[in-house]
Amino acid sequence: MNYRYILYIIGWIFKIVGLFLFMPFVIALIYKENIGIDYLLCAVGAIVAGFVITRLKIKNEAFYAREGYVMVALSWILMSMISALPFYLSGEIPSYVDALFETVSGYTTTGASILSDVESLSHASLFWRSVTHWLGGMGVLVFVLAIVPLSGGQNMFIMKAESPGPSVGKLVPKIRKTAFYLYLIYFVMTVAEILCLLCAGLSLFESVCTTFATAGTGGFGIYGDSCAGFSTPAQIIITVFMFLFGVNFSFYFLLCTKRIREAFRMEEVRWYAGIFFASIALITLNLTSSVGQLAHNLKEAAFQVSSIMTTTGFASCDFNLWPQFSRVILVLIMFVGACAGSTGGGIKVSRIVICLKTVKKELQHLIHPRSIKQITMDDNPIDRDTVRSVNIFLISYLFIMAFSVLLVSLDNFDLVTTFTSVVATLNNIGPGLELVGPAGNFGMFSDLSKFVLIFNMLAGRLEIFPMLLLFSPATWRRR
Amino acid sequence: MNIIIAGCGKLGFTLAEQLCEENHDVVVIDKNQYILDEVSEMLDVQVLRGNCTIYHVLKEAGVEQCDLVIASTGQDEVNLLTCLIAKQASDCGTIARVRNPEYVNEIPFLKNELGLAMTINPERAAAAEILKLIQIPSASEIDSFAKGKVNVVRVQVLPNSPLDHLTLLDFHSKICQNALVCVVKREKETVIPKGDFHLQANDIIYVALSISSMNEFFKRSGLKYKQIKDVMIAGGGTIAYYLAKQLAEARISVKIIEQDEERCKQLSELLPSAIIIHGDASDRQLLLEEGIEHTDAFVTLTGFDEENIILSLYARKQQGVKCITKINKIAFNDVISELEVGSIVCPKYITAEYIIRHVRSAQNTKGSNVETLYRMLDNKVESMEFSIKENSKVTGVPLMKLDLKPNLLIAGIIRNTALIIPTGKDSIQTGDTVIIVTVNRGLKDITDILK
Repeated sequence: MNYRYILYIIGWIFKIVGLFLFMPFVIALIYKENIGIDYLLCAVGAIVAGFVITRLKIKNEAFYAREGYVMVALSWILMSMISALPFYLSGEIPSYVDALFETVSGYTTTGASILSDVESLSHASLFWRSVTHWLGGMGVLVFVLAIVPLSGGQNMFIMKAESPGPSVGKLVPKIRKTAFYLYLIYFVMTVAEILCLLCAGLSLFESVCTTFATAGTGGFGIYGDSCAGFSTPAQIIITVFMFLFGVNFSFYFLLCTKRIREAFRMEEVRWYAGIFFASIALITLNLTSSVGQLAHNLKEAAFQVSSIMTTTGFASCDFNLWPQFSRVILVLIMFVGACAGSTGGGIKVSRIVICLKTVKKELQHLIHPRSIKQITMDDNPIDRDTVRSVNIFLISYLFIMAFSVLLVSLDNFDLVTTFTSVVATLNNIGPGLELVGPAGNFGMFSDLSKFVLIFNMLAGRLEIFPMLLLFSPATWRRR
Repeated sequence: MNIIIAGCGKLGFTLAEQLCEENHDVVVIDKNQYILDEVSEMLDVQVLRGNCTIYHVLKEAGVEQCDLVIASTGQDEVNLLTCLIAKQASDCGTIARVRNPEYVNEIPFLKNELGLAMTINPERAAAAEILKLIQIPSASEIDSFAKGKVNVVRVQVLPNSPLDHLTLLDFHSKICQNALVCVVKREKETVIPKGDFHLQANDIIYVALSISSMNEFFKRSGLKYKQIKDVMIAGGGTIAYYLAKQLAEARISVKIIEQDEERCKQLSELLPSAIIIHGDASDRQLLLEEGIEHTDAFVTLTGFDEENIILSLYARKQQGVKCITKINKIAFNDVISELEVGSIVCPKYITAEYIIRHVRSAQNTKGSNVETLYRMLDNKVESMEFSIKENSKVTGVPLMKLDLKPNLLIAGIIRNTALIIPTGKDSIQTGDTVIIVTVNRGLKDITDILK
């Protein structure tokens, strides 16, 4: 294990997090809040620590898959730990476990909160929560890749470990440029949403915070009722942008390079849109059959589906009160999640598609036992290894979920609460149903459950294996 | 530069590796997913699965924005077709690997008609390299600069020779006026020596000198300088054919030992002046019978690295036999170079080197001023050639007054086609070509030599 190299990169992450910690400090200055001093302290501390660590000499540059996974998992944990400090130091979140839960929830773009009264937080803290979403959405290490000149092709291991999806494709030959383009697209879309929301009449602070939370598909709102208080145009804008941030970013790259036909042929994006619109249609019909007008229901359904499917977790109404059929659809699309290569979480549409195709292949194989069929995606054959890793991903996913539900059930809440709290954190969504629904929060869980849920959030964001490897003894053995 | 490599075999991979190291944007096309997975894990390149002769595949690889397409699949025809299509699709440079000996005479025609920037033939390139080694004895490695005017020769200091215990300040007066010791490798250390440096026996030194002073240097430094008159080659593959042909032209007698009878007949048809022996080259009796102890040089070109190494080790035991060993896989380079196997030739590196030199010169128009760049001693040392086009901080100042970076040496200045081995009093002028030897990577301009 190349500890020095891992430390070196973690040092860089400290520097970057420190830099971003200055942003809430500035906000605190603007709103004249005392909490600014805590942010300043943490920012300076993180940057100094970062500089000290990066001064270490790297002895060798051997860097393999194992180091990549461990580094990603470690850096996400450490980065959450330092980012939680301001909440704790300022006393706004008195318990450190709660503060950690809130930050992990931010970085993993889950958006699950332990706070019962969000509006009592200072502006600086509200802003910092949104910033963690934005940073965590595309990945801090991808940011590091974009700005730090690292040598060697081994960087691919880092990208692989942090990027969501079954296989990582580069947009351009060099990793560094790929990371740069990803952030560029991300940045441009973020600015676009801020401008749109400003036009819809939101204040600058509201639009920036909401946009950051949308961009990372996070879901921390700055009001207790999430997005319910916003005007209808603002809600529609948020719906559209949530959907857009859940699309594979290669799609936008193809659009930018004028390969429009190729872009719209992307099978994953088509499936994503298909599931999205089908869910909206079903929920709208279901809602309209009981109460309300079609147009209003359509808007609510679209917002909620967009929010849940992209794993953002905003709410424009309390969907916990919806009819069972609609609630079940929401839980189902929680699992599906967004596209691979987007900022969203969940199992990812491409994995679901691959699984469906393997089922179809198996059926065909049963009917014609001697048939041979190659599974393809976007006309490219999917090799056995990818299919295998998708299957194993799903299996580990189920096991982690089952085990977490078991541990959380110790707190003795009802089944729906227990189950959806795990689903909502593992898929990085945020709100679940019943007690953890959009109107509730995660504050009532015991510390053990909170740690389990923290683990789930990280495992969900990093696609399970980095976290499992971190805790597997074989990783740390010399041979 | 944006470079597409079609076909990722031994050569393709080596190229991708080295081009990547020089920070080019590389896209690799191959049909084999397994190989592509491996490449994308080891190198920072983009991979694409498909047939490189299909326009859409090339387009997806970005041929329209690309500066260079290198076709290095195993089939000449595929390579040529790939280059042809790429050339039609965009205005990029194209390089094709054409290795079939039957095409050798066609190459100028093909190059013209298909607009190829370059064709490469790994076997022929390897043969040329071996020929160079044979013609300049005692040097186990030789690089040429300035179109062959300056050569950097690798020699080993023999015990009790005039070089042993020599201080470099006396090198000019005692050994040779027109030569300069650029790099010394002692055990595992690599140094760019200063004037007060003491040479020791078994040091490996790199000496820059002109061809005309080669004779003088070898004679005075007590290194053997024997004209090679006959060469024995183990293994009768394509490299052996090219080599034997060129040796025959230089009136050096050749003996080829080849196992396969059919191939022997073929060779004897192709090379009427050579002696073709049908037999196993690893048969000691046969080697003795054919007079391995009397031959001047022994070249091992069988298809197996291990066999080549063993044969060379054996031949080295015979007095005065110069050995050249072909090795395909260089994974254990450090171990092999410690063995007494003489000069090592690795065809894929030679070819890769040719192409990379081309890439560098193509890039020259885009900023960097390096004309040729060599890497020596496991890539630890770079020697490069700059052409001085304008006045700058380094021109017109006596060299001793320049504040040079440590571990850097000006090995030669070429002015009006004549080589000057510089002393402290010389200075660089506009219009010169300057050769720099350094362990510092990434010099882009001549002014980078200053601190």
